[in-house]
Amino acid sequence: MKAGTTPTTATAGVTGSQLGAPVRAGATGPRNRSTFGRFVSDTLTMTRRNVLYLVRRPQVIVFALISPIMFVSLFNFVFGGSLDVPGLSYANYLIPGIMVQTVMFGGSNTAVGLAEDMTRGVIDRFRSLPMSRLAVLSGRTMADAMRGIITNSVIIVMGFVIGFRFNNGFGWAVASFLLVLLFGYSITWFYAWMGLSLGNVEAVQAASFLPAFPLTFAASTFAPVENMPGWLQVFSAHQPVTQVVDATRAMMQGGEIAGPLVRSLLWCAGIMLVFGFLSVRQYRKG
Amino acid sequence: MIEADQVVKHFGDVHALNGITLSVDEGEIFGLLGPNGAGKTTLVRILATLLKPTSGRCTLGGIDPHRDPMAVRALIGLAGQNAAVDDLLTGRENLEIVGRLYQLDRAEARRRADDILERLSLTDAADRQVRTYSGGMRRRIDLGASLVGRPRILILDEPTTGLDPRTRNELWQLIRDLVSDGATVLLTTQYLEEADELADRLAVIDLGHIIAEGTPDELKERLGGDRLMASPTEPDDMARVVSILEQVGATAPYVDDRRQQASIPVTNRIEALLAAGQLFENEQIALRDLAVTRPSLDDVFLSITGKRAETDEPEPAAAGRKGRRR
Ligand SMILES: Nc1ncnc2c1ncn2[C@@H]1O[C@H](COP(=O)(O)OP(=O)(O)O)[C@@H](O)[C@H]1O
Ligand SMILES: [Mg+2]
Repeated sequence: MKAGTTPTTATAGVTGSQLGAPVRAGATGPRNRSTFGRFVSDTLTMTRRNVLYLVRRPQVIVFALISPIMFVSLFNFVFGGSLDVPGLSYANYLIPGIMVQTVMFGGSNTAVGLAEDMTRGVIDRFRSLPMSRLAVLSGRTMADAMRGIITNSVIIVMGFVIGFRFNNGFGWAVASFLLVLLFGYSITWFYAWMGLSLGNVEAVQAASFLPAFPLTFAASTFAPVENMPGWLQVFSAHQPVTQVVDATRAMMQGGEIAGPLVRSLLWCAGIMLVFGFLSVRQYRKG
Repeated sequence: MIEADQVVKHFGDVHALNGITLSVDEGEIFGLLGPNGAGKTTLVRILATLLKPTSGRCTLGGIDPHRDPMAVRALIGLAGQNAAVDDLLTGRENLEIVGRLYQLDRAEARRRADDILERLSLTDAADRQVRTYSGGMRRRIDLGASLVGRPRILILDEPTTGLDPRTRNELWQLIRDLVSDGATVLLTTQYLEEADELADRLAVIDLGHIIAEGTPDELKERLGGDRLMASPTEPDDMARVVSILEQVGATAPYVDDRRQQASIPVTNRIEALLAAGQLFENEQIALRDLAVTRPSLDDVFLSITGKRAETDEPEPAAAGRKGRRR
């Protein structure tokens, strides 16, 4: 009777997974972890490594802060008076946009960091270790998401200086912050794929800003989409940045949340799945 | 412990490996000697699970690196050609992170890092960022990282390229010590002297082919064993030197005009040396040098390939080239 059924043992799920087979218990006795356990532990280790890099290169964070501060000031004082945003002060309109723009541009660090690792041969060391392959990438994206916490906090402080306020309660304020981080995390997977595919630091530096410009400017980031020409609206209204900015803004200031929030979450999931898959494939190719 | 059978690797038109077959025994230091571009790194990368061969098979400890890469990774330690260490981390952090990636717990990773730092004489520099290290220290910490997993097979790709002679000697001593632990070592080098110093057995690789294989002594033997070498103080005496060498050796002497020396293969080194000394004494020829030498691996390489082993070191400018480095 039993011989005919397919037993669902733990090993059946593990073999053939993208994370590789478990370590053989050798004479030296590394702990025999499950594939998932190893993925989690290696991700934490790699996150620590990349955070140490961030901490020891504070210039990177400083520059990551200068541009949003500059953008907040420029847009608020240059366009703030002339841009017509319905029902909100321009500071309240602008800050969610700047936050999303910052995680978008900040993702280029992921691409550059991975390309750097590739050219310095450190990746070869990681590839030759009995570690989870996905962890090299997830540790990198995790550390970069942590940088997002710092930069976005600074933007909010900066926002308070120019008159930004949360007007929709504490719960939604926290949720809006988390949504920006989630979007930032998803987008690092796109940049991880870019960094691994181009492989060369200079090329990555040059290329990484290209997608960020149209996506953040042709969106509801700085001005309402309705004021754009019709052909551009078709793109602007449907692309992910507009969804995330609209959802964030509504969570911070009130307004219709459900629609843009669901679309934002779908975009995040989609981006992570597609580019997570492409990145891992690219990483395995070498 | 390491077997390669007809391993071929093509990168498009570039035929990096053209059928490499070799076998390394357990506990042995095996040298892979070849000039730049010979295919050493390509073979290393294939064995270390980083690259798939175009065709052919290899196994490490009986495991195929492309069937079961994780098992091979648990078996090997790799120190690649470029010291693959994190510059902004300290030496200790570098080793600890590798230890954690071997699934060691925090305390054990720390213990092994301390232990290795001690063995590499890096304890004093352990908490400095690696970017402050000298070239030799970087190589050592990289070597250290390859030891964290207590590998049964150690793969070292040009471990001393670019180091000064003193540092190189220190690293050789270190590698010898490490091997006394019983690990099997595959070591690539473009330095003949290095292969001679370290390897129990070696293969000479050029243009993706193995062109010779054996112990360093066996390879030298192929050149006819010992040679008696003499160089006169006065260049004009060369003809007389040659005629004396002819009397003690079996074949015609070889004259190297550039280095002003003549040499001849001999079968009994002591007898030949004493006889020649007597003859030079009788003939009153002043000598700069008189010696019995074994051919160097340099000579071996020259005789097999018809060219000198290239190294990364810059050639002296052609105009100022007097005595070339030997
Ligand atoms: N990824 C690659 N793509 C194309 N050619 C390569 C690649 N890697 C190595 N080669 C070529 O293969 C040959 C062998 O290179 P390599 O194994 O690095 O030699 P070595 O390590 O002995 O100096 C060289 O001609 C090199 O240019
Ligand atoms: Mg090489």
